[in-house]
Amino acid sequence: MSESLAQKRPLALQTLITMLIVLWVVVAAFPFIWTVWGSFKVEVDFFSRESWWNAIFGTNTLKQTGSTFTGAGYYGAWVTREFWRAVGNTAIVTVSVTVISLTLGTLGGYALARSGQRYAFWILIAALVFRAMPHITLVSGYLLPFFQLNIWGVLPTSIIVLVAINQPFTLWMLHSFFLSIPKDLDESAMVDGCTRFRAFRMVIIPVMWPGVVTTGLFSFLLAYNDFATTSMLLSADNQTMVPKIASFLGSVQEQGKVMFAVAAVVSATVPLFILVLFFQRQIVSGLTAGAVKG
Amino acid sequence: MPHKTFFAFILPSLIAMVLFIALPIVSVVVQSFYVEHSRVLVEVENCQPFGGCTKEVRVDSAATAALKKEQPLGQFNGFGTYLNRGHLAVAEIGQIISTSKGFGDAVARIYNLPFYKALAFTLVFCFVVTPLAMALGFAIALGVNALPKIVKGPTIFFSLLPMIITPLVGSLILFWMINPQGIIGATIQHIFNDPTLSLRASPALTWASLLFYGVWTNAPFSFVVFYAGLQTVPGDTLESAMIDGASRWERIRYVIIPHLAPLATFVALVQLMDNFRVFEPIVGFSAEANATSLSWLIYNDLSGDTQLFGSAGATSVLTIAGVIVLLMPVLVRTWREFNRKVI
Repeated sequence: MSESLAQKRPLALQTLITMLIVLWVVVAAFPFIWTVWGSFKVEVDFFSRESWWNAIFGTNTLKQTGSTFTGAGYYGAWVTREFWRAVGNTAIVTVSVTVISLTLGTLGGYALARSGQRYAFWILIAALVFRAMPHITLVSGYLLPFFQLNIWGVLPTSIIVLVAINQPFTLWMLHSFFLSIPKDLDESAMVDGCTRFRAFRMVIIPVMWPGVVTTGLFSFLLAYNDFATTSMLLSADNQTMVPKIASFLGSVQEQGKVMFAVAAVVSATVPLFILVLFFQRQIVSGLTAGAVKG
Repeated sequence: MPHKTFFAFILPSLIAMVLFIALPIVSVVVQSFYVEHSRVLVEVENCQPFGGCTKEVRVDSAATAALKKEQPLGQFNGFGTYLNRGHLAVAEIGQIISTSKGFGDAVARIYNLPFYKALAFTLVFCFVVTPLAMALGFAIALGVNALPKIVKGPTIFFSLLPMIITPLVGSLILFWMINPQGIIGATIQHIFNDPTLSLRASPALTWASLLFYGVWTNAPFSFVVFYAGLQTVPGDTLESAMIDGASRWERIRYVIIPHLAPLATFVALVQLMDNFRVFEPIVGFSAEANATSLSWLIYNDLSGDTQLFGSAGATSVLTIAGVIVLLMPVLVRTWREFNRKVI
């Protein structure tokens, strides 16, 4: 819409719009700012019945620790309760899941985009139905066989399961991305004597990175945000961050150490924050790419 | 593309999906027809030198373990698990209907059955959160579109956060604020001067806060998609609508909304699928006393001391049936479109 249109908006409407957006930004962002700030206080301040000014000024934090900020929650979570181990596991799981899903997904998505056969359509439809399955229903199918095969509780099992759960989405996304790459590109390479694999390697791989990066972001998010699968399939020693935080809730709350959980939650939010900061454009384009084509 | 090349490319991905999505569904169906072994009981005769003999029934733990090892699935139960009180509760419902004192009473009693309680919340969450989040997202998209260019970027950045956040983490962050000790909960108690007012005590408040979380975390997705859609609204059409004397509202109603309708179908589909599996917020809000969902029921069966595979399997099959019903309109439409294309 043109600038002249925007200028013609009456003042009352412009004010209303601004207020709506300001309100939304506060609702969206304030919980995060509040929790990050509160994670450096003691529990009686962050969960203060008397007044939330305590959490802002750290009245009791000053009394208990001699300073208005304290890293006790972080020390408790990372060192005492070994949250660093969970962070390491999360790093292994997310990186492996992203790399493996993208490898399988680019090959599959490319084949689906170029096939045009009836079975390619059916594979896509099956993938759509699989995409809609609640993950926990699949987990209840895994547990018994995994116990029998004695592969329950270790990281590689979870990685493979998350890759599989991720495939339907990855296939759809990369399928529609490869559709947007002109067919002539790889077909002319094949006319010049390349095999399909060679054409894929020499012609498609160099131009596919924008789509792969966008899809990779969402694969990363799926693995990072997963709770249903990892909490059921990993033993307590191999837990990733999210199930570890959930385990804090059971044991920590009685001990009056909620601040460990708060610190862990903030620690788990930081990577996502950085991700949005650097990849905002790709995330937005990924969300809309699916929408415009699918 | 020749069949052979096609399958060479897609095979790894296909194997992963068959092994870890299709087979588990089969496994869930099989499990749902079995039920855990009851413990093996033995009658032991206890004889004392002077007291005579007493007979006692004991659990033979060795035999129980051996049986469990031999048949890990448990014993065959047919549709028994589906029909019992924890699932479809056919007998209970029949009894409720025959003895109830009117419609309201019957509904209230059916709601007390665990499966229907979870189903009620899951459906309400799906069909309340999805439209509300879409409406809010659309309003934000219209608003952001009217903002000056410099503030658009930061606004989009902050708007993405509730969507990108790990569901469990996001619900914990909100829960700690709504908690009676948290900033919002404590403030509400001060305002109403009622120290007993608490999220957990009242089912209505629990539902409201879970629905609020749902809208908070779903709205950004509709916002981003609708915002991108707004950039493609044809300027000419808008201008001609203005020349024809259409007001602002009429331009939204007759130009922008029809233009965004296909996007709205897509957003509604994706969000219904995601909201149907609502699970993490119930764990995060510790809301299980007042609100449960189908996914939570399965999680609860599997995470206890004795894992109830049969019960979890039956709930899973019923959930999958629900997903298919939910997807049916889309599947039918895609099927018709595909056939038209082929002919």
